[in-house]
Amino acid sequence: MSALAVTTAELSRWQFAITIIYHFLFVPVTIGMGLFVAGLQTAWYRTKQERYQRLTVFFGKILLINIALGVVTGIVQEFQFGMNWATYSRYVGDVFGAPLAIEGLVAFFLESVFIGVWIFGAGRLSPRVHLATIWAVAIGSIMSAYVILAANSWMQHPVGYRKVNGRAEMTSLWAIMTQGNLLEAFAHVMSAAVVTAAALVLAVSAYHLLKKNEVELFAHAAQISLVVLLIGGISVATWGHFQGQLVSREQPMKMAAAEALFKTEKPASLSLFALTPFEKYPSKTSFNITVPHVLSFLTDWHWNSKVEGIDYWQSQYQKEYGAGNYKPIVAVNYWSFRLMIAIGTLFVGWASLGLWLVRRRKLEQSRRFLRLSIPLLALPFLANTFGWLLREMGRQPWVVQGLLKTSDAFSHAVSVQAVAFTLAGFILVYTLLAAIEAWLVVYVVKGGPAPPAREGEQPKKIELGY
Amino acid sequence: MGGVFLSLQGFWFVVIGVLWAGYLVLEGFDFGVGMLMRFVGRDDAERKAVIGTIEPVWDGNEVWLIVAGGATFAAFPDWYATLFSGYYIVFFLILIALIFRGVAIEYRAKRSEQRWRSAWELAIVLGSAVPAFLWGLTFANIIHGVPIDSHGEFSGGLLDLFGGYAILGGLASLALFAFHGAVFLALRTTGEVRRRAKAFAIRLVVPAAALVLAIFVWSAADSGHTDGKWIAAAGLATVAAVLLTLSLGLIVRDRDGAAFAATALAICSSVAAFFVGLYPNVLVSSSKAGSSLTVFSTSSSHHTLALMAIVALIFTPIVLVYQTWTYWVFRARLRGDSLPGEKLLGGSGSRPTS
Repeated sequence: MSALAVTTAELSRWQFAITIIYHFLFVPVTIGMGLFVAGLQTAWYRTKQERYQRLTVFFGKILLINIALGVVTGIVQEFQFGMNWATYSRYVGDVFGAPLAIEGLVAFFLESVFIGVWIFGAGRLSPRVHLATIWAVAIGSIMSAYVILAANSWMQHPVGYRKVNGRAEMTSLWAIMTQGNLLEAFAHVMSAAVVTAAALVLAVSAYHLLKKNEVELFAHAAQISLVVLLIGGISVATWGHFQGQLVSREQPMKMAAAEALFKTEKPASLSLFALTPFEKYPSKTSFNITVPHVLSFLTDWHWNSKVEGIDYWQSQYQKEYGAGNYKPIVAVNYWSFRLMIAIGTLFVGWASLGLWLVRRRKLEQSRRFLRLSIPLLALPFLANTFGWLLREMGRQPWVVQGLLKTSDAFSHAVSVQAVAFTLAGFILVYTLLAAIEAWLVVYVVKGGPAPPAREGEQPKKIELGY
Repeated sequence: MGGVFLSLQGFWFVVIGVLWAGYLVLEGFDFGVGMLMRFVGRDDAERKAVIGTIEPVWDGNEVWLIVAGGATFAAFPDWYATLFSGYYIVFFLILIALIFRGVAIEYRAKRSEQRWRSAWELAIVLGSAVPAFLWGLTFANIIHGVPIDSHGEFSGGLLDLFGGYAILGGLASLALFAFHGAVFLALRTTGEVRRRAKAFAIRLVVPAAALVLAIFVWSAADSGHTDGKWIAAAGLATVAAVLLTLSLGLIVRDRDGAAFAATALAICSSVAAFFVGLYPNVLVSSSKAGSSLTVFSTSSSHHTLALMAIVALIFTPIVLVYQTWTYWVFRARLRGDSLPGEKLLGGSGSRPTS
């Protein structure tokens, strides 16, 4: 094999990673903005204040542009399991297929059927029923996230199954749908979705406040977003911490790699900045700033406890599963983990600063805060991606922890050339659509909300349309 | 035949047939409307009306595909794995077409420049025609057979998926969905747009019925079977052809609702004929006999099939109720010559008959 040779499995991994990261740019916005818009419409329904009607329609339009790409890129993900990972699909179908089928039948139908009614139904339904449709959309997207995370959590920590005839068979759907790995991931991801949407609302509001356009309306939206951002940010961090503790028990190799802890330590120090020799699977750090005792404390609340390192788990796994490499790529885990945490922490601080400005009634005048809030919007999307890189790449070389290796899971019927062709096709199409989508969102944001009803005019409904 | 209803595998085979029938009836007319939109709608207002007939519902219609795929994954993992990996490039093309069509329906309306609209309309036409053709091709290959090796893996090349029978199957579904879409447009519009949709329906019915009949005649000649299963399949195929002819008579007599019911039932009959003819196979092998995949060789465990059957029996009726309700909400006919953005409400809450 020449150095340039790539395999179907490797290219399929790139394709899955690129398409799922792309898909997950839209998922948190759909979930978070869905809830936000449903909340705004509820406020309008209750108070009949026109500002809530205007905000619902304006942010609703942004939500819809986002949903369009989220929906069409989601179908790709369901198809890819069979297309590129046929061996995986055969092995796990009995367990993993169930949540996917449930997702479609119970959650995605709800979301997709009612989004159409919400967009086009305002003139045909009572305000009450119309309000119910946006809640159906929001609830559908949340249930969808729960069930998909159930499937993913099973890949991290298989439960409720047994091995029969060389494949996994389900013994308890209940265990799969209620395990701790799932519950904590769900809380973490939901909080992150809310933070992402709040950062989007803040950025859009900041843009209009800087332009002195509809100051009253957008000051109100910015205040709501800052409160949500602070609460959501604290929730992300809290659930992230508990998830870390759980993962250090369920997937200790992943956490050891995320901490660049090669040798077992007792008490264990927390690494703040580490470098390793420049190779894919290094065996030590070459530079490391550490704080004593802290990793022990974070792992199990004890200052002097032992935390096993990468080398220990490598030899354990070799005893358990046979010879081979069981280390993920440490640098990816370590930096994804740290950058995710840094962004989360930054946003808690940013929201606190913003709320302090609100309290001092200086938010609208704080041009530097407003101006910085716009580029900061990129960060939650990066943090979401880092979180998934840690969760998925930290599990390698396994596709299902302890059961099936990624390198064994690909489709034998698919040639390297075929995957190269589709990978190029997806990159081309997705890049084109991302550019168009971004341009459309900017266009809608700059256009601002529709003007308020004039004197004596009937207050408007929540009319959207495409 | 009796065995179909005695096993859980048979039950799930029927469920997946029902899901595909639901998908092809619902997204079938979306495809038809999309293919015909540039021809039935001559100016921007008319095209807006044409697209307006599917705008509120296309997204929910497409979920039938997601559920059909998910159900196949859950109930028959080996069927799902061999089919999706074996038909890799075909499914990729379907995905790309569905992506462009989905965003085009929404993005088209976002700007009013002529070039912007024309570009997205082209995406709607191609994004509808390509999957309409490729689904027929896929189903034709499933029942006609492609090379499958002793491990149950597809062992052919891309050209094995584009044989004469498969292309005929693709053309049949293309014509059938175009006709179905024209009848749907006649039902959901009024004025000039409706008149043109009816003209298209009348022109399309002959190729649609002829191609559907041709694919079934080829299947019958091909199989050489004469058992009860094939008689049932042939019977269902004949019903489909009769329903298509009937829908022509109904559309000529301005019975749009009945005509649409007839084309919808014709698609259901065709899908039923396909699944009855296929059973107990799920993927026929064209290589040496014995390696076709069947419901029994590809299924999940008894536990999973039974549990998922309960889930399906509870939630499918709920979905049917609320999805049907949405069609009731959007029952008013649209016309192309009203003021921009204005949609006509049906008189006194019921659907006008002409």
